[in-house]
Amino acid sequence: MQVQSMHFKARSGQKLADLRLQQNLKVLSQRWTVGRTNAIAELDDFEATRDEAVSRRDRALANLDVWLERFEAQATARGATVLWAETPEEASKLVVEIARRHEVAKVTKSKSMVSEEMALNRHLEAVGVKVVETDLGEYILQINDNEPPSHIVAPVVHKSKDEVSDLFARVHKRPRLTDIPQMTREAREFLRPEFLSSDMGVSGGNFLIAETGSVAVFTNEGNEGMCTVLPPKVHVVVTGIEKVIPTLEDLATMARLLPRSATGQSISNYFSILTGPRAPGEQDGPEHMYFVLVDGGRSGLLGGEFQDMLRCIRCGACMNHCPVYQKIGGHTYGWVYPGPMGSVLTPSYVGLEKTLDLPQAATLCGECHVVCPMKIPLPDLLRKLRERQFERGLRPWRERLGLAAWAFAARRPAIYRPLVRIGARVLGWMGGDAHRISRLPGGSGWSLYRDMPAPVGPTFKERWAKQAGRTPPR
Amino acid sequence: MKVALFITCLVDVMRPEIAEASVRLLESAGCTVEVPMTQTCCGQPGYNSGDSAAARDLARKFLTEFEGFDYVVMPSGSCGGMVRQHYPTLFADDPDLRNRIDALAQKTFELTAFLHDVIGVSALPGRFAGEITYHDSCSGLRELGVQAQPRALLALNPSIRLTEMKEARACCGFGGTFAIKYGDISSAIVDEKIGHIHASGAACVVLGDLGCMLNIEGRLRRTGDNTTRVLHIAQVLAGTVSDAPPPSATDEAR
Repeated sequence: MQVQSMHFKARSGQKLADLRLQQNLKVLSQRWTVGRTNAIAELDDFEATRDEAVSRRDRALANLDVWLERFEAQATARGATVLWAETPEEASKLVVEIARRHEVAKVTKSKSMVSEEMALNRHLEAVGVKVVETDLGEYILQINDNEPPSHIVAPVVHKSKDEVSDLFARVHKRPRLTDIPQMTREAREFLRPEFLSSDMGVSGGNFLIAETGSVAVFTNEGNEGMCTVLPPKVHVVVTGIEKVIPTLEDLATMARLLPRSATGQSISNYFSILTGPRAPGEQDGPEHMYFVLVDGGRSGLLGGEFQDMLRCIRCGACMNHCPVYQKIGGHTYGWVYPGPMGSVLTPSYVGLEKTLDLPQAATLCGECHVVCPMKIPLPDLLRKLRERQFERGLRPWRERLGLAAWAFAARRPAIYRPLVRIGARVLGWMGGDAHRISRLPGGSGWSLYRDMPAPVGPTFKERWAKQAGRTPPR
Repeated sequence: MKVALFITCLVDVMRPEIAEASVRLLESAGCTVEVPMTQTCCGQPGYNSGDSAAARDLARKFLTEFEGFDYVVMPSGSCGGMVRQHYPTLFADDPDLRNRIDALAQKTFELTAFLHDVIGVSALPGRFAGEITYHDSCSGLRELGVQAQPRALLALNPSIRLTEMKEARACCGFGGTFAIKYGDISSAIVDEKIGHIHASGAACVVLGDLGCMLNIEGRLRRTGDNTTRVLHIAQVLAGTVSDAPPPSATDEAR
């Protein structure tokens, strides 16, 4: 997907002014934060489960190459083909080649964020293959002129039911429906023939299990089975190399956390473990099964200060709970992954210089770290990206100058104290009788939206120094 | 017990009365309060802006100024989080300094955590009456676990009625320089907070960090609310401000 993160500021302004979006986002944050809170309460010991999951993910990442090779050997032994792609573009090429080899005319897709990294639909369509998104949210986006997803779990969360009603009526050319079960039924009527005439299914993968060569997929709509097990003769799994875990026991731990953290469900409606193509004597499964495993910047995080990020299981809890995401929605972030996890991943995968706002546009409130089932220290990672921006001189000159002036003075009390004394008086004078500053020169980002309560009188240090006998001798 | 007060740079300039209230609380709790006069800033603006060299310098400066005291107390969870959580990571590769920094971090406290957890105060020095709601500031809450302490201290004063707002733990949108760099997003977030404050019915919101105070009060006033008061927990506990809502019916409680 093309990076649009450089337009962050302009886009966030538009999103803040979009009242319908604001309403939709409010509903989301309410529903999912409450849902997660209730769902994790079902676990006897959520914190211990979390610790266990973290250590299991860390174990996998510590020897990622070993587990990937083991996965490849096991998957191959079960008849699947494992292909490796260094970049998302390479991965798309591999999938296109697979489609060519099997003379595929139509692809049905289950939801996959990695396929968004790859811009897979565009690449397949470029060679004349019809691609049909079958996750309801992704389907809605596709028929709306290939709109990008705004959330990694609920791609269409920025839209209200009314907007979807209008869209269905326009695209399906049927009477406008407003009842959600009826709308879903209508989408199903359009999707069913596509499933039945599909040549190849593409799915993502939540986890790859090294010991069995399987992929685990958590979904809610049943479309994944229609893409992978029954009708098509080819199934291609596209996912990132960091998704491998050693054993099915690891998967059990992850399964306790993923749906609970993501959608507040104890378990997703559907949960598949798929191993190899259809074997002789088996009733179902594709004739051919491929894994296209994408690096796309992931190996660059291994062994470095951002390795913790690779634990991410894409639950979306960080964005659901992020005060910034809740206000600007996912599109503002400008690439595949929004919210706090996206603000760490996007600069890492597509380059710091294209994503200058992402590490900065966070209050560092810490809630993302609190809710992350994998305990990824997202605020610390955002701060580290800020360090890199600073070191590489990627911040605006005014900010750098201000920071340098502040640091110069703060290191030198003899200069700092008189400056602060003068500053307090200037601010006090600016505040006038109401003790409020409504225009801050150089600080319009503050004063366009808020008054600055002005100080009244001398600084605390001045007051303290005046109290005879109280000033400590030091 | 010799306690050093870290005023915090914002309080020194913008709300010196918060530091005065802190001194009052500490002295009434039996502490000898000293104020190292060379103190400036904990370094958090540099740390959060990516200038870790400046942050390290200021951490060293802080260390030499404050390590000689029994305790270091500050009316801010944000600066407290900086010293307790982030100073040690700044010196992760410097074992000599790291030991001193760790010792400093362990005796550094946010004001209400110190009064409640270390001293265990059972009485407050001043009087304050009225209905309030409490906003949990992010760093104090999530970096230091300050949540029960301010409420327990408020409960020592029977004239205070605490009405919890919805989502008291949600960020107010301040975020340091975030509030200036992304003023529009920041003010949209603080509007949520203000909605919850108003819905609580309390005419006074109390909190523990000046950054959030300036943000919430600034937005309240800009949007035409000139009555909802924004007070620091130190002022309320020390009773150095008039009652909330503005003094009237509460006189008999005195």
